[in-house]
Amino acid sequence: MKRTPSIRLIKNGLMTLLMVAATLAVLAPLGIIFVHILKMGASSISLDFFTQIPKPTGETGGGMANGLAGSTIMIAMSSLIGLPVGILGAVYLTEYGHNRFADAIRFSADVLAGVPSIITGMVAYTLLVVPMKGFSALAGAVALALIMIPIVLRTTEEQLKLVPGTLREASLALGVPLWRTTLQVTLASARTGIITGILLAIARIAGETAPLLFTALGNQFWSRKLTEPMAAIPLQIFNFAIAPYEDWHKLAWAGALVLVVIMFSLSLAARYFGRQKRYS
Amino acid sequence: MQTKVTLENLNVHFGSNHAVKDVSLDFPENSVTAIIGPSGCGKSTVLRSLNRMHDLVPSARVTGRIMLDNTDIYDRAVDPVAVRRRIGMVFQKPNPFPAMSIHDNVVAGYKLTGSLKRSDAEDIVESCLKRVALWDEVKDRLKTSAMDLSGGQQQRLCIARTIAVQPEVILMDEPCSALDPIATLKIEELIEELKEQYTVIIVTHNMQQAARVSDSTAFFYMGELIEFGLTKKIFTTPEKRQTEDYITGRFG
Ligand SMILES: Nc1ncnc2c1ncn2[C@@H]1O[C@H](COP(=O)(O)OP(=O)(O)OP(=O)(O)O)[C@@H](O)[C@H]1O
Ligand SMILES: [Mg+2]
Repeated sequence: MKRTPSIRLIKNGLMTLLMVAATLAVLAPLGIIFVHILKMGASSISLDFFTQIPKPTGETGGGMANGLAGSTIMIAMSSLIGLPVGILGAVYLTEYGHNRFADAIRFSADVLAGVPSIITGMVAYTLLVVPMKGFSALAGAVALALIMIPIVLRTTEEQLKLVPGTLREASLALGVPLWRTTLQVTLASARTGIITGILLAIARIAGETAPLLFTALGNQFWSRKLTEPMAAIPLQIFNFAIAPYEDWHKLAWAGALVLVVIMFSLSLAARYFGRQKRYS
Repeated sequence: MQTKVTLENLNVHFGSNHAVKDVSLDFPENSVTAIIGPSGCGKSTVLRSLNRMHDLVPSARVTGRIMLDNTDIYDRAVDPVAVRRRIGMVFQKPNPFPAMSIHDNVVAGYKLTGSLKRSDAEDIVESCLKRVALWDEVKDRLKTSAMDLSGGQQQRLCIARTIAVQPEVILMDEPCSALDPIATLKIEELIEELKEQYTVIIVTHNMQQAARVSDSTAFFYMGELIEFGLTKKIFTTPEKRQTEDYITGRFG
């Protein structure tokens, strides 16, 4: 009987060790990825990277300015499509549609969220690229929006569900119409959580490569129209990394570093908003 | 006494649950009517049908007529929003808008409908807070969050918010159940004053409270109206055996 406590302590120590090891195993890849990218990419980050477009093969230098611009434009465009659809859809699900149709929407959103992104790209290809007879930024944005919609829809829905019903009732009982209650009370209360969801959705699509492969295609130069192929950071990373030139490899690493920093910042921002006091 | 609100064969179903059964009742104007009865007998359901809160519950079905003065508030041509402007409601748990200041909570009905005139706001806030006897307690911190108030203060704020939009009828669903005796006393005094200007309908579990504040009392049991009459009579010489059992606590 006397020895029981020490066995218990040993067990406890072992389990703690195991858990620390498991935690390290989770964190290690993140650390390795970050350190590696930093090592390979940091040296190629310069002002040129943000202001120049890629140089033709054989010349040194150049940057990914067109890719940065292209990614920004396409993310903005897909947000323009994805955010209203996602948020309005969530509002419909929680505030208006308590019916079978709503269940169907919810199910479709879940399925859509699970579709591999390369398939989303193929769908945008058949629906937009083929009829428009060319790759375009527009098609890229639509493909990204298709990825964004279910994420925004479901996170917004979760946040709206957290708003207590008594708050909605307080507003309605004052003679405030349902749509105003939804906008000014329900959505306003869920604001921080919804913003967090949006930031995470943007972080997700910022790194998507596959759906852009057969939609936006990529571009070595500046694009002048949304109906032309457009560069994007993940596409440039992909193209440069598989090219046989040492110079391009370096640029690819620099691009990877920038992308990782952007996504890291978005996640941090999301956490910051998520932590803000939620009024409920 | 003049009748303000009339229930004519009111029935409420939630799916297959027949929660309110064929209730007909006249609520007198400028007086306080208490609705009493055991838990689950349909008190809240009756109250909520008066400002069309069931419109938002998909399974709820309301039939019969509810006349406010001479209009049936369930008439197809009637906008539920307009009904709720005339029939305000105070809830069981104080529910001020958490993101708004005390000041903004009082004028929330105007703010949220986009009809607040800057010049009127101060007057409305002061007079309504005075009416609910909250002015002296909060006049120096009108811009602070309403969530910093005590439960009793929050409930008085909710009443101020309700009277600010000048309804004709005020519904109260157990407004004191989350409050201590002193805060309860303050609300009861307030109800007494409110009836000069408004028709008050209050649901309560507290027999003494019903006896203290109300002029008429309606006793419900299992979705049916068992007895309705002057409070004095209901509490001294009720006609129905069930009423007597309930108010004397010999129920069940
Ligand atoms: N939103 C709803 N959906 C389904 N059923 C409901 C709903 N609201 C009330 N009911 C049902 O209607 C009946 C009456 O409920 P109600 O809330 O009116 O009782 P009550 O008299 O207010 O009780 P309490 O004193 O406990 O508040 C109950 O059987 C209840 O289950
Ligand atoms: Mg109730």
